[in-house]
Amino acid sequence: MNGSGILDRRGTIFIVLVLAAGVLVPASNLLLSPSSPFYVSDYLVPLLGKYLCYALLAVAVDLVWGYCGVLSLGHGAFFALGGYAMGMYLMRQIGARGVYGNPVLPDFMVFLNYKELPWFWLGFNHFPFAALMVLLVPGALAFLFGWFAFRSRVTGVYLSIITQAMTFALMLAFFRNDMGFGGNNGLTDFKDILGFPITAGTTRGALFFASAIALVGGYLICRGLVVSKYGKVLVAVRDAESRTRFLGYKVANYKLLAWTLSAMLAGVAGALYVPQVGIINPGEFAPANSIETVIWVAVGGRGTLVGAALGALVVNAGKTWFTGVLPEAWLFALGALFVVVTLFLPRGIIGLWGDVSERLRKPKPDQVPEAEAPAKAAE
Amino acid sequence: MSLVHRLQTAMLLLAAVVLLACAAPASAQTPAAQPPSADLAPALEKIAADSYSDTEAALALLSTSTSPQAAVIVAALADGRLLIDAATKSVYVRAADGTLSAAATGATVSPAPAGLKAVRLNNRVRRAIDAASGALSLLAPEPARRAEAAAAVFKSRDAAALPTLQAAIAKETIPSVREALEQARAAILITAPGISEADRLGAVKLVTARGDQEALALLSNLPADATPAVKTTAEQGVAAINRSLAMWNVAQNVWYGLSLGSVLLLAAIGLAITFGVMGVINMAHGEMVMLGAYTTYMVQDVIRTSYPGLFGWSLAIALPLAFLFTALVGILIERLVIRFLYGRALETLLATWGLSLMLQQAVRTIFGPTNKEVGAPSWMSGAFQVGQLSITYNRLWIIVFALIVFVALLVVLKRTSLGLYVRAVTQNRRMAAAMGIRTGRIDALTFGLGSGIAGIAGVALSQIDNVSPNLGQGYIIDSFMVVVFGGVGNLWGTLVGAFTLGIANKLLEPFAGAVLGKIVLLVCIILFIQKRPRGLFALKGRAVEA
Repeated sequence: MNGSGILDRRGTIFIVLVLAAGVLVPASNLLLSPSSPFYVSDYLVPLLGKYLCYALLAVAVDLVWGYCGVLSLGHGAFFALGGYAMGMYLMRQIGARGVYGNPVLPDFMVFLNYKELPWFWLGFNHFPFAALMVLLVPGALAFLFGWFAFRSRVTGVYLSIITQAMTFALMLAFFRNDMGFGGNNGLTDFKDILGFPITAGTTRGALFFASAIALVGGYLICRGLVVSKYGKVLVAVRDAESRTRFLGYKVANYKLLAWTLSAMLAGVAGALYVPQVGIINPGEFAPANSIETVIWVAVGGRGTLVGAALGALVVNAGKTWFTGVLPEAWLFALGALFVVVTLFLPRGIIGLWGDVSERLRKPKPDQVPEAEAPAKAAE
Repeated sequence: MSLVHRLQTAMLLLAAVVLLACAAPASAQTPAAQPPSADLAPALEKIAADSYSDTEAALALLSTSTSPQAAVIVAALADGRLLIDAATKSVYVRAADGTLSAAATGATVSPAPAGLKAVRLNNRVRRAIDAASGALSLLAPEPARRAEAAAAVFKSRDAAALPTLQAAIAKETIPSVREALEQARAAILITAPGISEADRLGAVKLVTARGDQEALALLSNLPADATPAVKTTAEQGVAAINRSLAMWNVAQNVWYGLSLGSVLLLAAIGLAITFGVMGVINMAHGEMVMLGAYTTYMVQDVIRTSYPGLFGWSLAIALPLAFLFTALVGILIERLVIRFLYGRALETLLATWGLSLMLQQAVRTIFGPTNKEVGAPSWMSGAFQVGQLSITYNRLWIIVFALIVFVALLVVLKRTSLGLYVRAVTQNRRMAAAMGIRTGRIDALTFGLGSGIAGIAGVALSQIDNVSPNLGQGYIIDSFMVVVFGGVGNLWGTLVGAFTLGIANKLLEPFAGAVLGKIVLLVCIILFIQKRPRGLFALKGRAVEA
């Protein structure tokens, strides 16, 4: 069942489910009447789409944490940067329909007395350029950051803490009005994307489908990476970095590739997230968000990719339910989740499922689940 | 504004001390009865004449009067409470509560004579009243009021006050007030037209010596009739003041930096134990600080309702309580969660982050999300002045306190048996266990110690920060930066790290602004860690890989 090919059974089930959801959710929203028991409401479509984006982010985090041993407390920064790149495109699409009716400048710039568009906003009126930036900006930041960090062998908690410092610094920067990114309020009031009105049911459905595709694509890329020879070395780096280095592998380069790719995936997730929730603001950079992402991965099962996506869906569904029913209790529940998962479920839901199904079937001593948590989490 | 304000505060403070010293004779003079003062009589005669011009002349006389009644009369006149008995040509003051007293002596008069009428006022008289009351303040018996009046004249540069100023300077005995009066006179001499060059030169020198923003403004705006010599002296004065102001500015920033550094030190020092010595990433550390602050709030709450007399001691009472409470919480956390995660630093990070969320929400549920007010005992409030530097007592005490905590911790780790065990367990757990040290117990106690210190940091921080459930969050990243920058496992590194970051932050602020300064610093630390991944004072040898 845990084959070494790109598509194992678990992965296949996952892909089929996500793609099915990607088709069925928008279809039921658009085609069924609201009275039908299978109708997905207008409120639910972007919400579920948001979960899919989170799942992609979780897969990205799992690539570096689960397979490379780099606990990133700053992936929210890459997610938000991708989101800002998309937000800037959407802002430019508003055109003269803003409150101030300026054909070029977004409302907040008119409000802040900008005379012309800052240079870093140029080009964002073209979707291909914005899409490129969604990948390049987080990727470039991650490459730069990783280049310095991995080459000077910053590892373990030190790396975690400086990733946290990175996202914290970016949060402070984006809160500033004179950064030219809307400051406190961020970017919002989007009108349309690629010419389609952003709040229309069909656009929402298309975005949902795109998110599902992106999740599957992200999963396949990561999966392809980790089952390759490169992936084996990556796991070796995770489990015994020094030994791998002594064996002659360039550890920093292996980490850097996974890290940069992971950041780009996070950027894509952010870019799909923004049109569905309709706003991006500096709060997305908050260190707490990044840590929450890590717990999704831990809940689902670290080092399994599918588990990461599953964890993101489960935790966020729980969050939505809790904050609706018992808003006071959500932080207790989330906090307890952190503690319980690290103490009792080190391999997450996937690991738990593996244990249970293992016990139900007759034991096979020669089979070792791939989801085995690394014996040594950090050096 | 702030410099003047600080100067005034300082003067008031000095004056208040002097005032206290001569409180006894001052309080002996009850306003009920004064011997009639000789110089009041002509003024009162003029007032009784009840014409505008006479009243104005009377005010001029009153403004130079040394009698304490003069101020009473001027104030009564301003409020329309000065009454004349046209028949006897005598003048009365009606107090706010309706009692009537003779203007000359202040003795109570009853029953009130019939046919009294208030002294009439017009705008010219009102202006004269303002001038007279300003002048009288210069001669007021209270040094604080004199200093205040002098500062007001320095600002207004009202040439009409010059004669009164001369009189005030002549009889002034308190050096600080005298200085203020002389500076006020100098300000008038510089700006008023037709003053001799020699006088102006002296005045410019005097104002230069004052050396603050006000002085700078005065010297940069010389009147048109200033001679070249005055102008060049003033220019030199401006340059000198600018130099000294720049210096004081740096000094002020360094002071703010020291203050910030001490706060960082307090917040980070507990972390230096749990992270630095034990290798445990405690993301709930900030919440321990928060719990310490809430302990202070609870102590003050109990004191306010039950033992109001103990308020001055509230912080002293809160300190041990906060230490014990947070240490207990820390030991509980260690025994219930962290001990299962030793050797798995990243998992510890996640679990303690979860704990921090729960602690925050617990406090929010119990105390509510709003800020709680924690009062400052009198010895913590106020400020004093060193040159152009204003030093608040709470910041000063927090610096002292942070250093005391640091030294105490150093002593505990280096000179006590607990410290010996802690170091032994840190260096080689299995060997320590083999020597009979109960390592589990030491782990719990060490974690308790680190948490307890976070708790007392909370007591101190409750004095300068908002006590809210989010208090701890604001410190956690900074604290980690300090520990990582200083070097893990080294208390001295934490000390140097805290003060370096604090001062660097405050020195960057004037150039980059508060937010950008902080960002620059964070980026610098990130780059620094690339260069020295184990911090400023890195442990060397085998301990590094442990």
